[in-house]
Amino acid sequence: MKNAIADALIITKRQLLQLARVPEVLIFSTIQPVMFVLLFRFVFGGSISTGQPGGYVQLLMPGIFVQTVAFTLAATASGLAEDMKKGLIDRFRSLPIARSALVVGRTLGDSLLNILVLVVMAAAGFAVGWRPTASVLSVFSAFVFLLLFGYALSWTGIYAGLAVRDARTVQNVSFLITFPMTFLSNAFAPTTGMPKALQYVAEWNPVSTMVAACRQLFGLENQFGATANSFPSQHPLTTSIFYMILIMVIFIPLSVRKYKNSSN
Amino acid sequence: MKSVIAQHLVKTYRDGEVKALDDLSLDVEEGTVLSVLGPNGAGKTTTVRILATLLKPDSGSASVAGIDVIKHPDKVRELIGLSGQYAAVDETLTGWDNLVMFGRLYHLGKQASIKRAEDLLERFSLTDSARRPIKTYSGGMRRRLDLAASLIVQPKVLFLDEPTTGLDPRGRQEMWGVIEELVKGGVTLLLTTQYLEEADQLADEIAVIDHGKVIARGTSDALKSQVGGERLEVIVDAAHIAPTTAIIEKISGQKAHLDEALRKISAPVSTGSLALMDVLRALDDAKIHPLDIALKRPSLDDVFMSLTGHAAEEEAKA
Repeated sequence: MKNAIADALIITKRQLLQLARVPEVLIFSTIQPVMFVLLFRFVFGGSISTGQPGGYVQLLMPGIFVQTVAFTLAATASGLAEDMKKGLIDRFRSLPIARSALVVGRTLGDSLLNILVLVVMAAAGFAVGWRPTASVLSVFSAFVFLLLFGYALSWTGIYAGLAVRDARTVQNVSFLITFPMTFLSNAFAPTTGMPKALQYVAEWNPVSTMVAACRQLFGLENQFGATANSFPSQHPLTTSIFYMILIMVIFIPLSVRKYKNSSN
Repeated sequence: MKSVIAQHLVKTYRDGEVKALDDLSLDVEEGTVLSVLGPNGAGKTTTVRILATLLKPDSGSASVAGIDVIKHPDKVRELIGLSGQYAAVDETLTGWDNLVMFGRLYHLGKQASIKRAEDLLERFSLTDSARRPIKTYSGGMRRRLDLAASLIVQPKVLFLDEPTTGLDPRGRQEMWGVIEELVKGGVTLLLTTQYLEEADQLADEIAVIDHGKVIARGTSDALKSQVGGERLEVIVDAAHIAPTTAIIEKISGQKAHLDEALRKISAPVSTGSLALMDVLRALDDAKIHPLDIALKRPSLDDVFMSLTGHAAEEEAKA
């Protein structure tokens, strides 16, 4: 067990070394979310009325935080697919290390990257007027939940990478799923304007519940998602935690099994 | 003592549709080199993957250094080195980064990992490029680094799966030099290749496999003598192929083989230069002027041809 953790951390370190050797990856993975912050803040900010003090940016930031951690699963998936294709996975599997090390190490590395990206985004948000009103502890816990959400989702990326095995394909597939998921939600606009059927989808969408939970923890009322007195809009944090556990319960065993049998 | 034993291995893919291994058995004596020779799709990589614990066979058994690979894969992993067809190293990292990382994954400890990495880089003439990302390396350098990564803990048994496939002739020569050095050091080596020349150069023993089965094994010399003595080869104009074939078959007493692309007709002969003179005389009488005529010692190509009825390289291309 001790070795399993040590092995996983070496894989995490590998990922950090990769970022140090190819800093472009780090630069682009922070520029993109910052660009989203600025675009949404100044393009939609003026035309969407929120009825709350502080304006659109207060509601926007939680949405972009969630979107950003959701998008990193594409990088997880394509990184792993690349390792499969290059035969690197075979080498790792022929080493006397814990079977879980490679995948656990990578999910931890992705979380570290997420921390950095969230810090940069929070700074960008602050610069354009984002001011959470809740206590420091509450704001901090919002970020912890964001990281946990990202961690849970990275396991879906691990599974997708092992299953698809082609970096470009799996990256495109991931975006085809995460993009509509983040937009079919309360992240950027009220769900009340959507057709009735989509409203239900948006309300139960884990992205919406996570965004709503963050808004609460940052000290806002979550009016974008509250279209009905449904359970997810009443209890966004509970629902989000349930989703995170559900995702991990399904995808961790699936991924580890897929990894073990990856050549059979 | 046998360091590697594989018995009656069977492996099928896609629910039995593709039979990769069909009752394959082989063994490697400790401290020797066995070359598994065969065309693409013969089952070479599958064999290596089973022995290196990456794949479970459908049936059959295998052991490495006396340890059952199916029952105790973890123990086997501590004793083997594997270098595959692709250079399985992290391309964005430097050579130094990679070797230190693999050292740590073998639980060598930080200082020992660094020391080992530097020794290996030195030994494989990679010290100058140690701090460059692997993606800037040539094909030959990548393979050497990959090989270095498989030697971090002085493996008892080393598996090299097509170590020179895709390398240019110079890269191949360098790799052969490195492998010969290793063998002098006493490692037990199982090497797969589709190059007959490579098996000839590096191996103590050769196992020829085709369609998932060992179809012949022995030393290079033994396999060659199995084909018979020398071969006579004649190249003629397209118009003269038929009469020339008849002449050669008459003198050889055996069926001739025609390589249509090269217009080369060849057949085994037992009387050496006498046969050569007989053929020349007969061709002259028939007013056929050969473009080239030669008496050749059999190559492993001929061995493969006579064992399987098809050329190794032909199938490799398909």
